[in-house]
Amino acid sequence: MSASATGLRSWLTTTDHKRIGLLYFWTAFVFFLVGGLEALVIRAQLAGPNGTLVSAEAFNQLFTMHATTMVFLALMPLTAAFFNYIVPLQIGARDVAFPRLNAFSYWVFLLGGLFMNASFLFGAAPDGGWFGYANLTSKQYSPGLNIDFWLLGLQILGIASLAAGFNFIVTILNLRAPGLKMMRLPVFTWMVLVTQFLIITAFPVITVALVLLMFDRFFGTSFYLPAGGGNPVLWQHLFWIFGHPEVYILILPAMGIVSEVLPTFSRKPLFGYTVVVYSGVLIGFMGWGVWSHHMFSVGLGPIADSFFAATTLLIAIPTGVKIFNWIATLWGGQIRFAAAMKFALGFIAMFIIGGLSGVSHAAPPADLQQTDTYYVVAHIHYVLFGGTVFGLFAGMYYWWPKMTGRLLDERLGNWHFWLTFIGMNLAFFPMHFIGLLGMPRRIYTYGPELGVSTMNLVSTIGAFLIGIAALIFVYNMWRTRRHGAVAGDDPWGGATLEWSISSPPPPHNFDVIPTVASRLPRWSATQLKAIPEGAETAAPVHVPAGSWWPLIAASSLPIMATGAIGRMLPVVLAGVAILIVGIYRWAYEPFEA
Amino acid sequence: MPRRHKRWLTTLLLSVTGCAGPFPQTTLAPKSDFGIAIDQLFTNIFWWAVAVFVVVEGLLLYAIIRFRARPGAPPPKATHGHTALEIGWTLAPAVILVFIAVPTIQTIFRTSGQAPDGAMQVEVIGHQWWWEFRYPDLGVVTANELHLPVGRPVALAMTSADVIHSYWAPGLGGKRDVILGRTSRLAFTADSIGTYYGQCAEFCGESHANMRLRVVVDSASAFDAWVAREQAGPAPIAPGSVEEKGRAVFARSACIACHTMEDVPAARAVIGPNLTHVGARSMIGSEMVENRPDHLAQWIANSAAMKPGSKMPPMVLPPEDLTALVAYLRSRQ
Repeated sequence: MSASATGLRSWLTTTDHKRIGLLYFWTAFVFFLVGGLEALVIRAQLAGPNGTLVSAEAFNQLFTMHATTMVFLALMPLTAAFFNYIVPLQIGARDVAFPRLNAFSYWVFLLGGLFMNASFLFGAAPDGGWFGYANLTSKQYSPGLNIDFWLLGLQILGIASLAAGFNFIVTILNLRAPGLKMMRLPVFTWMVLVTQFLIITAFPVITVALVLLMFDRFFGTSFYLPAGGGNPVLWQHLFWIFGHPEVYILILPAMGIVSEVLPTFSRKPLFGYTVVVYSGVLIGFMGWGVWSHHMFSVGLGPIADSFFAATTLLIAIPTGVKIFNWIATLWGGQIRFAAAMKFALGFIAMFIIGGLSGVSHAAPPADLQQTDTYYVVAHIHYVLFGGTVFGLFAGMYYWWPKMTGRLLDERLGNWHFWLTFIGMNLAFFPMHFIGLLGMPRRIYTYGPELGVSTMNLVSTIGAFLIGIAALIFVYNMWRTRRHGAVAGDDPWGGATLEWSISSPPPPHNFDVIPTVASRLPRWSATQLKAIPEGAETAAPVHVPAGSWWPLIAASSLPIMATGAIGRMLPVVLAGVAILIVGIYRWAYEPFEA
Repeated sequence: MPRRHKRWLTTLLLSVTGCAGPFPQTTLAPKSDFGIAIDQLFTNIFWWAVAVFVVVEGLLLYAIIRFRARPGAPPPKATHGHTALEIGWTLAPAVILVFIAVPTIQTIFRTSGQAPDGAMQVEVIGHQWWWEFRYPDLGVVTANELHLPVGRPVALAMTSADVIHSYWAPGLGGKRDVILGRTSRLAFTADSIGTYYGQCAEFCGESHANMRLRVVVDSASAFDAWVAREQAGPAPIAPGSVEEKGRAVFARSACIACHTMEDVPAARAVIGPNLTHVGARSMIGSEMVENRPDHLAQWIANSAAMKPGSKMPPMVLPPEDLTALVAYLRSRQ
């Protein structure tokens, strides 16, 4: 079967990083819309006091699934879509190091996401918060299937992230084109590398935490239960040892995207490349030493509080350095305001606000008033929406032409940007005040006497503006699919390798693997040539055939999880058998199909 | 000074909200040493943040406007970095952070829950979804309504009977989680008489939103009067009265499986709130609705209809029994 084949079969068996990237993109984008709809129902319920749109039970499921979906099913996989599509192109590779493992990661992600959301069909969507604090998640206080869906679904999704993490580390370290030294890597690829190291070190921690929870719920152990000698605070430590690096897993790729878009649209190299890269690496390391700042209200004692306050404040330094370098990149440039650039600039502007509010709850005493209130909801949305989502939109406008061969419409992009920008500030800025005025988060109702009704209404209006903006973006993607301007190889005048090949690239990416002599190969005096002088003429490049085994192996995981949910051991064993057969056949699959 | 800043912040708030409050759960008008220490720290950080915001967003905005592409302009000069600048903007945030970190750590130690000797001890126990307050030195047990004397240090020793909750009355300072198998502490001195509202801040299940509380800070004499009333035995009941009938209903119903009621010998359970003085409380259902006969009757008949997930099972009682029971509960002053 040729890699340029079309049809369902070719997609189910594909091992092409570009197709897998598109699969990640569309799947994650649908989950992004689902998570957004959940947010709109939440905001509709809170538009006024004593809301009655949904029950307390449904509300708790909605906010749990909104966060779980956005973190694990939308933002992480949207960044993964760019890892897949762009990283091999930026490093001059023909594919990732392990193409079938890459397909496996995608299928595990898709099936894990579907498994998690299947809980809605049983009226048992997870309802313990995305942070799932013990001992509320114990069998005693959450007897339903809700938490089982959550902990099994997250374990499945963790496998997808881990497999992809190892794959991309090996890819970036080993498949770089000749001359592409580490300190010549595009910043996006650098941030992807840091992110993957965070993933392979953070996900084992949440996996352990989830396995212990699974033992507590399925087999009657007491890891988190004081009555049996366990400790619910243990869960919080494990969860946040994962959870804080997870925040950087979400933001570093967006910082990488912005570091690509700003130079291209200012026509200037990134200011302080080395410092920006090292800052990103430093943020990755420091992200491991701050987890207890999510736990100041537990009362860990003044020594622990002081330590975690200090480490948390320190992170402001490399973050600030990055922001200054981005602004210096703009300085003296020729800024073109394409939609990609607007979102990148919006990222900086909004991320500053999120960073500053973060400093205020890095101080434990202030955090005692702010944590678990809407002030923190405002903070995380300035970081993860104003930051990560803006960065992702910048990446979509920037790389869409590379991925599809057509430009997204700039006029619609302008509407999309401004509605999103205004909507997010209307939605999230008042939340600072709502929180400081005493409204806790995760409450399905509040009384008019709190005095925050008007601000909540404003916030709801902003959320719906974001929803309208998202519809405009969907329309833009749909319309330009046939009618968009043809992109050509390099619509923006980019500096990096992905712009040296056709849009979309051929299945084998590069006819001849390029040799790189500088950090900005396409901007350097020694311009990169598509085919260097004297290179052998491109022979037909071998492209590996597709494989069914990644999909088959991946399908074993939701089967096992379904068996566990239904307490059906034979189903679990059937899943195990499929996994063993799948991996065995995969391992011995002939190279040529 | 913080006070002046506060007025500024309040003005800003009012103009943003278009409404005059009174914001019963605001964190910005603290009435205790604990709350004021936090507020001073936050005010300090707030102004640093405003300054950084203005400078950095200003630079960004200036760059965006000043360096927009103009047709025919020469290509920009490719600058790759500047060591002195890099050192400068690494040091600048570091210096600011020192100005934040020092008062932060000082405040951490000032607010670490250590109460002075002679502080009034109160045990706080979080339940799904109500608050129990016990005064071990006074022999008083109540629910959802914490009474404190003004100007006297208070030490809260807090735990949970089930899942994690978080005790929070913003007007009197920050929150602290309450966790099964663990004692967490808060210490503060309320400086103004008044009623302060709060609620559980840690997601604790279905009716997390309905786990509210109030703190009544009284003058020393009013507080002592309240203690004396709570310490006094149950209010007497006239023989043959409707209250007496209500007590009989209480004694033979499922009520006694969960509640303590001093004048019903069989009712010594501690699963639900102590009802010995329930009639004196202003609200029921952990501050959900006013303590009125009709609300009490609805609550007893089907509490989950008022409070989703309520652990109190519905009570099916003949109407006249229900009326008597309500009258009895109302008389428990």
